Formats: sequence, structure tokens, C-alpha cells
Amino acid sequence: MSEDPDVIMLGEDIIDPYGGAFKVTKGLSDKFPDRVFTTPISEAAIVGIANGLALRNKKPVVEIMFGDFISLAFDQILNHLSKFRSMYNNQVDPHVVIRTPMGGYRGYGPTHSQSLEKFLIGIPNIRVVYPSHIHALDDMLFNAIVQQNGPIIFIENKLLYSTFNSLPADGRLDDFYIVHSDGYFPTLTLSLNNFDHGDVTFVTFGGMTPMVLSQAVHLLIEEEILCEIVVLSEISPLDISPILASLKRTGRIITVEEGTTTASVGSEIIASVTTSGFQLLKVPPKKVAAIDDIVPSSKELERKYLPSKQLIFDTVTNMMTAEV
Amino acid sequence: MQKYNPYREFSNPFSIEDLEYIYTKTILIRRFEETILELFSQGKLNGTTHAYIGQEANAVACISAISNEDVLFSNHRCHGHFIMYTDNVRGLLAELMGLESGVCGGKGGSQHLHTGNFYSNGIQGGIVPVSTGMALAEKIKQTGNIVMVFLGDGTLGQGVVYESMNIAALWKLPVLFILENNYYAQSTPSHLQIAGSITDRAKAFSIPFYECSSNDVREIYPIIKDAVRFVRSIIQPYFVLLNTFRLCHHSKNDDHRPQEIIDQWKKKDPLLIGNELDQNIRKEIDSKIEKRIDDLVRELSGTYE
Repeated sequence: MSEDPDVIMLGEDIIDPYGGAFKVTKGLSDKFPDRVFTTPISEAAIVGIANGLALRNKKPVVEIMFGDFISLAFDQILNHLSKFRSMYNNQVDPHVVIRTPMGGYRGYGPTHSQSLEKFLIGIPNIRVVYPSHIHALDDMLFNAIVQQNGPIIFIENKLLYSTFNSLPADGRLDDFYIVHSDGYFPTLTLSLNNFDHGDVTFVTFGGMTPMVLSQAVHLLIEEEILCEIVVLSEISPLDISPILASLKRTGRIITVEEGTTTASVGSEIIASVTTSGFQLLKVPPKKVAAIDDIVPSSKELERKYLPSKQLIFDTVTNMMTAEV
Repeated sequence: MQKYNPYREFSNPFSIEDLEYIYTKTILIRRFEETILELFSQGKLNGTTHAYIGQEANAVACISAISNEDVLFSNHRCHGHFIMYTDNVRGLLAELMGLESGVCGGKGGSQHLHTGNFYSNGIQGGIVPVSTGMALAEKIKQTGNIVMVFLGDGTLGQGVVYESMNIAALWKLPVLFILENNYYAQSTPSHLQIAGSITDRAKAFSIPFYECSSNDVREIYPIIKDAVRFVRSIIQPYFVLLNTFRLCHHSKNDDHRPQEIIDQWKKKDPLLIGNELDQNIRKEIDSKIEKRIDDLVRELSGTYE
């Protein structure tokens, strides 16, 4: 907001002293009172207003309090924001950033725990970015708001709000070796043996990343299985070249996400990979995702329903024993 | 920046030149809409359209009150608004023909137009929060511009309209809501669509409002002029209800509205203002408009197909 006077923030409960449900905007309304707007509970109107602001060359940043509520704004995303540039024949390119946290594992129940990014991928002209705790989040969000063009949905994760960024340094992060793709929303690829060889490629993003990284270490220690992990940040449009690069070494792919399994982000990744890289696969691909049902409220039920460490572990060991 | 400026300061009382101007614009919209409906029925135009026949007085009155720097957001029934605001009949016809030389390169078509500060989209109600956001942008930029957004009676079914009115009133935004009530949403009469009173809806948000039941620009224009001045100077929303009627079907389908009601409204056809002109001048205007449209159809049909 300091950098660019056209940046405007809109959201529910975002002004100080409350500063937002997850405190992401704390301090902003005190510092920039003319450019931070607290809104009524009107997700459709808020996103619509952002669309209007952007068409008139402002840079609105909309906070949707819980990712579950983004469904209320779906028409404005799909039938307005997504379409303006193309249907008006490239005369406009509205720059709207919608920020929203997804994710469960907190006992908040069916309508406050979902991961709905799967319903946002594949919408033409809408970029969906869901970075992990090992991505340079500050830079990415700053860049998304100030330097990028067009519509961006920037997904955050509720659990990760209370963890710290773990940033790679000199191609290393703890026990991992890391390479990254080019661009402002890079894909990180991690290996435990400096990409010498690998048994399985995980593809994941966002809130599932810590669990996948921990299981990769666990699988090496317990089973001597070497996992590479491809951690996406931009999930739509999807660039699968880092995934194919890893598959050249491993030949086995498991997608891991928190959303429900049918027609998921993993479904699209697997479709794309099998279309372009079928010959790289040694075994059928696997998806790890939530069961196609509600996120239950009770702690025990939620842990059974959402992907677990055990599920990730078992999916790998099963894949390694079930050789075609 | 669009050079054509729709703004016109009518005299009080309206002069004979004003009447000629009003008639010219009305017959231009009318003949254009009739022509494209004809082209559709001949299979020469592709897709669908929603003609503005019978409602021309609203476009003429409302859009004469704003300039090309004010923002206009229209809906699926936008041709009358587009022609009044831009006078770009060629661009509109080319767009309907799907030509690259059309306003949006043939990609938007009848309902999805943008040029200068004119926008339209085909989702009922969805244009209202976007217009509200545009008004916020103009207020922040301190341009003094207003946003004029056109709704229909059917639009009142959409919740986002009320969300937008609430915020527009709360944040004091320079948006002028113009609701053209033609008593039918597609095939459905208002009594099956709208509970309570339309203007009470504005009242509920403390938005000042005015209701007009006329197809005469001379009666509509002063109301809009005041409304525009209010919105621009006070920087607050305003709501105008224009009761009117469309003398054509909703799009290209059947019209089951009772003939007696249609006939009653034909007696208030906006074109009737032509009877007050010198009839030689009227004939001149008619043939000029006819030629303008004919020439465009012939010229663009040559590049079409």
C-alpha cells in the first residue's frame, strides 16, 4: 500500500484495531484510512465492487474472510472478472487480487474448513496462486498486488498463518536440496539426494506442503524410499514441466491436496501429465485428497476425513510394492 | 477517449430544435432496432438480441444529461443506450455481424459492449456492484464523474442489487440507478416478480428517489437532470424509476402479453413526438436516418459472410 497509491483494500472486519479475522491486515487502516474499506457481509458485492474499481484502473485487494465464502462471489468471478478482458476485445485488463484462506484441521466444521481452490482452477483469465510455507510469501503477495496484471486469486492457509516462513538458502532447506522454476510464482522441486535419482514424485501445494515434506523424510528413514517433491505455487494455469522433469527420474506420481478428490486439482495435474508424459510413467498415478463429503467437526473424524500423514505414507509404500 | 459527447442542454421550455433532436435520436434507435430484428428474421444475423423498441425516450432523456466522461453501465437491452451515448451505429452493427471492425471485435456481441466509458454485460444484477465499484473509483480519483447504471424490473430479483444499494448509500457513492420498469421480465409480469413497492426499496437504504411514468423526453429529462446534478455535487446515490413499456418481444421469441395492454402503450409511443414537428422536416429526418442505416447495412453486409 505504501508502494502504490492505487492499491485499495476491501474486506469484512479488516479495519483496526481488529485488523481482520486472521490479522493479516492489522495496522493498515490506521496507516491508510482512505484506502482500507470495511464492508458489510456481501461477498458478491465486494468482489463486484473490486471489479468496478479495477475497470477504472485501481488495484483492489479483496479479502474473503474464509475460503468457504468465495462461493458467494462466484458469479462476479466467473461471469464478470474472468470475461471482461476477452469479451471487450483486450480493451481492459482489470487487476483484482482476491485473497482468501482455505483449509481445515482446526475443528471449525463443514462450512469453515474447506479447500475450494479446485472450483477456481480452469476459469479462463483467472490465475490461482496457492503458495506454501517454503515460498517467499511476502515477495509473492507484494508482486501479485503491485507488479502483476489481470485477475489473481491468492490463496492462503489458515494453519500456516501460525507457522513461520521456511525459506531455502543456497539451494538447501534443512535436509532437502531445492531447485526452483523461473517467474514470480515459482514451482519448487525438492530432493533428499540432490536429484541423483528418485522413487516417487509428490506434487503438492499450499497447506499440505509441511505434511508432505515430513513424510518424505519419514519414508526415507523408515523405508529407504526416495521422494522428490514438486511444490507448486501457481495452480492455474498449470505449468507441468517441473513435474515432468521429476518424473523423468522417478516414473511415479502422487498428487496431494486438502480438497475433495473428485474433479480435484490432482485430477487436472494427472490428466495433464498423462497426456504429455505418459511414457514417463512406470505405475498408475495416485491422488491423495479428502473424501467426497463434508469436513466433519469432531477432531477425530476430521483427521480421518482429511488427508493424514499415515495416508500419505501408505499411498507411497503401496505404490512401491504394486509394480506393474 | 470517445470524442462524441452525448451531453445536451435542452432549453426550458424545449425549443423546436430540441424536439427535432429528440425525434432524430428516437427514430434512429427505433429504425436501427427494427432493422436488426429484420436481419435476424432473415437469418443474416447470428445469435440473439434484446431490442429497445418503445423505451427510446428513457435513453434520450437520461443520456442527454451526462457527458462522455461519465460512466454508463448498461444491461442486455443496451443498444438504445449505446447509440445515444456513442452514436457509433457502424461499430454496433459490425459487432452484431460478428465482424472484427465491431466495437469488441465481434467477441462481445449484442450484450457485451465496451468503448470509452460505456460498458454492458448480460448478467441480470451483476452489473450493479461493478457500477458501484466504478463510482467508488471516480470518487477516490475526485473526477466529479458519475456512474449511470440501467436496471430493469426483473433485475430486482437479484440479491446483489440490494447489497450494492446498501454499500452505495453507506459509502456515499456517485452512482445513479435508473430502473426502466417495462412491467414484464421476459414473459413474466411484475405481479409475479415484485413484492412491495419498487421505490420503497430505495427508501429502505435512505437513497433519494423519483418515479416517472412518461414516454415523453420533455417530462423525463428534467427529473434526470436534477438527479445527475444531485449525484455529482452531493456525491451520493440516487434512484430513478422510469415506468415504460417495450413495444417488441423480450428477445426473438413469442410475445404473449395481452394485446390490449400493448395497444394502450402504443398510444404513448415515444415516436409520437414526431407529430409535433414540421412534417417536411420530419420526412427529411426520416429519410436521412433511413439512408444512414441502409448504407451501413449494405456496406457491412458486403464484408459479412
